[in-house]
Amino acid sequence: MSDKKLFGLTALFNTPDEIIRAASKVQELGYKNYDVHTPYPLHGMDLAMKLKPSKLGYITLAFGLFGAAFALLFMYWAMSKDYPMIIGGKPFFALPAFIPITFEVTVLLATLATVIAMLAFYFKFPFNSHPLHDTLYMKAVSSDKYGICIDADDDLFDLEKVKALYKELNGKNISEVYFPLAEPFRIFEPRFLTLLVVVALVTSGVTYLTLNKLLYITPFTWLMNQNKVNVQSKSTFYADGFGMRKPVEGTVARGFIPYEYKGLTAPVVPLSNPLIPTPEVLQLGKKRFLTFCSPCHGNFADGDSRLNNQFPNPPSLHSEKVRGWQDGNIYHVITNGQNVMPSYASQLSRDERWAVIHYIRTLQKAKNASPSEIIEAKKETSSNVAK
Amino acid sequence: MNIDYSQELPVIESRITLAEIDRLIAKPLDEKPDKKFFIALSITLTLLLIGVISISYLFLYGTGVWGINQPVGWAFAITNFVFWVGIGHAGTLISAVLYLLRQKWRTGIARFAEAMTIFAVICAGIFPVIHTGRPWLSGYLMPYPNQHGLWVNFTSPLVWDVFAVSTYFTVSLVFWYVGLIPDFGILRDRTASKLKKSVYSIFSLGWRNSHRNWQHYEKAYMLLAGFATPLVLSVHTIVSFDFAVSILPGWHSTIFPPYFVAGAIFSGFAMVVTLLIFVRKVFDLQHIITLNHLDKMNKIILVTGSMVGYAYGMEFFIAWYSGNPFEQFVFINRAFGPYAWAYWIMVSCNVIIPQLFWFKKIRRTIPIMLVIVILVNVGMWFERFVITVTSLHRDFLPSSWGYFVPSIYDLGTLIGSFGLFFTLVLIFTKTLPVVAMSEIKAVAEGAQPSHNGGKH
Repeated sequence: MSDKKLFGLTALFNTPDEIIRAASKVQELGYKNYDVHTPYPLHGMDLAMKLKPSKLGYITLAFGLFGAAFALLFMYWAMSKDYPMIIGGKPFFALPAFIPITFEVTVLLATLATVIAMLAFYFKFPFNSHPLHDTLYMKAVSSDKYGICIDADDDLFDLEKVKALYKELNGKNISEVYFPLAEPFRIFEPRFLTLLVVVALVTSGVTYLTLNKLLYITPFTWLMNQNKVNVQSKSTFYADGFGMRKPVEGTVARGFIPYEYKGLTAPVVPLSNPLIPTPEVLQLGKKRFLTFCSPCHGNFADGDSRLNNQFPNPPSLHSEKVRGWQDGNIYHVITNGQNVMPSYASQLSRDERWAVIHYIRTLQKAKNASPSEIIEAKKETSSNVAK
Repeated sequence: MNIDYSQELPVIESRITLAEIDRLIAKPLDEKPDKKFFIALSITLTLLLIGVISISYLFLYGTGVWGINQPVGWAFAITNFVFWVGIGHAGTLISAVLYLLRQKWRTGIARFAEAMTIFAVICAGIFPVIHTGRPWLSGYLMPYPNQHGLWVNFTSPLVWDVFAVSTYFTVSLVFWYVGLIPDFGILRDRTASKLKKSVYSIFSLGWRNSHRNWQHYEKAYMLLAGFATPLVLSVHTIVSFDFAVSILPGWHSTIFPPYFVAGAIFSGFAMVVTLLIFVRKVFDLQHIITLNHLDKMNKIILVTGSMVGYAYGMEFFIAWYSGNPFEQFVFINRAFGPYAWAYWIMVSCNVIIPQLFWFKKIRRTIPIMLVIVILVNVGMWFERFVITVTSLHRDFLPSSWGYFVPSIYDLGTLIGSFGLFFTLVLIFTKTLPVVAMSEIKAVAEGAQPSHNGGKH
């Protein structure tokens, strides 16, 4: 017995009144590390043990407030900032419609925080290795007896004195409780190692299958894989084997006007620009130019793009030839294509093409202006200083 | 039969010792299940299998296997969902609201009712998931940062539902588990089997009956009850918003939240009484779940049934008083149209029959009580059916009027949900204490200190 370390001395009582008396007596004598064990919470025990009211409520309050603030701010951010969308005519920050979720998140966080704080922080659970477990004392107090245990690490603890105290209080089954003998921790035992290997294999296997197989399984693909000819798929029905069909000869799509100079090389196209070079039109032209033209012709139409030397170098649009062209000729090149340049008719609408032409003219003017023209500009704007 | 209501009745009838309480409640857990249990389980599992087959067929072929079509696009799935969520609410009401109101008699039935809540919410949760026909896409209902850059629509009642039901389930489960921890401690200390002892030890987390723990425990229990009470109201309010936030006559109604909450408590109590009648008999718990408990629950059924009846009347009054011809049409059509049979089943089961509970003799006679509470459950299922289907089947265009007839897969899924519910209840009665042992001990006679005589 001598190698065992004493945890405390326990005594059992038969009635609630006796345990209340015992607890207040022990408290009165100045013991600090003692505990009362009862099958259910006894009224008046807090008073007898002089326990301070539980502070658990503050944790609940803090997490409840956090939940409310988090939910509300998150919805505000998601619906008003990150991806604002008008739904049902409500404002982006639709406070009344945010209340239900705010409330639910508040309750959820407050509840979980309360329980987790109680179990982990106050009770220090799980704690199945406590010395009191598996004792006759614990079996009795979890059924129908009321017990008290004074811990051996209390400053006032003296085995004989406490025994005498329990006897005086009419305690039954006075018994010593010892710490369980420390079991050697056999980490290299084959069973434990096997378990580790099995756990590692199962975890990695499940993770692998989930991430690489399960996530890519589509349960039912009937809506996706239908028995029909899709774009660019082979057709066994038509003689030429193409799934996509060309429109019937002479079909004109809605909103399109056939281009009458199609396929001609360098015709003199007598079309004039229908647009007026307003700031909006120039802005549109700039945008389209930067998207579709600049990859080859360069941002300022110098023919100096990043694709230089990878393809036949595109010409500069500031050459005498292009500057001398009518707008209709540039329109023809964009619509019809020229040499390696393909047609941009499907990327740029007619108006966009004309807007791009205005922009090209602007660039040409900017690069090739004579000093007199600059002075004219100065006069018009009354200042030549760049803003 | 002669009860003196001027005095508080003892919660437990006849003086039984604390150790006897443990023995009585833990008895179904100590003994091996008998033949009757397996017969009951095989019946409920058969019902469950019918549900599994129906749902598998649904997943295979899509929601077209149900009877829904234009104009009734919402029928059994939402009816069953609201029905089961409603059933669940009685559990929270008993465990949380009656706790806050210091109704000691709740202890005998709280654990069972809480378990019922959890099982009912599980049953309810199935329907919103399956009614899309593509349940593997349900993950999109949760707001998570995804590569589409999209969030769920936080202003939609259907998303509120997701939050409300999942919060309700989590909080109910936590509340239930917190109540179970001391009982796991008791079971751990009384079992002789080594395997059971390890299982109970794990779930008891090392509970020691320490008063320093009890103090925080009671505080936490009170806080949880304080949260569960508004939560239960919010959940059925949000469920009613599924209807009330729309602008359909018959659904668009501000009375819906309180009306739905009262209906939920009504149907839930009826379900609790139905089950407890059997549980107290089968497990020999007549002293702990007494006739007084059933009497009190029947009173609540009477009160909430009358509230539901008032709501039915008020809906008609508002339809007339609003002067809105569409609203008036819906309600006249509800009572006298093609679905009049459903409407009158609802009214007779929910409003008329529970009035029998005014008589004390009926409140305390088990066979009559059983018939009434089963009818209440039938009536409350029909209430949700009537609200959903009658409001939809004759919409604004008479050319598109229709009549909803459920398919066998609709019925199979409904039967399956009952199978799941009763299977879970049966398993629960054999694996966990159906009455909270530590709580019932605290309200036994002589269990609390007398504090008299100034002895200490």
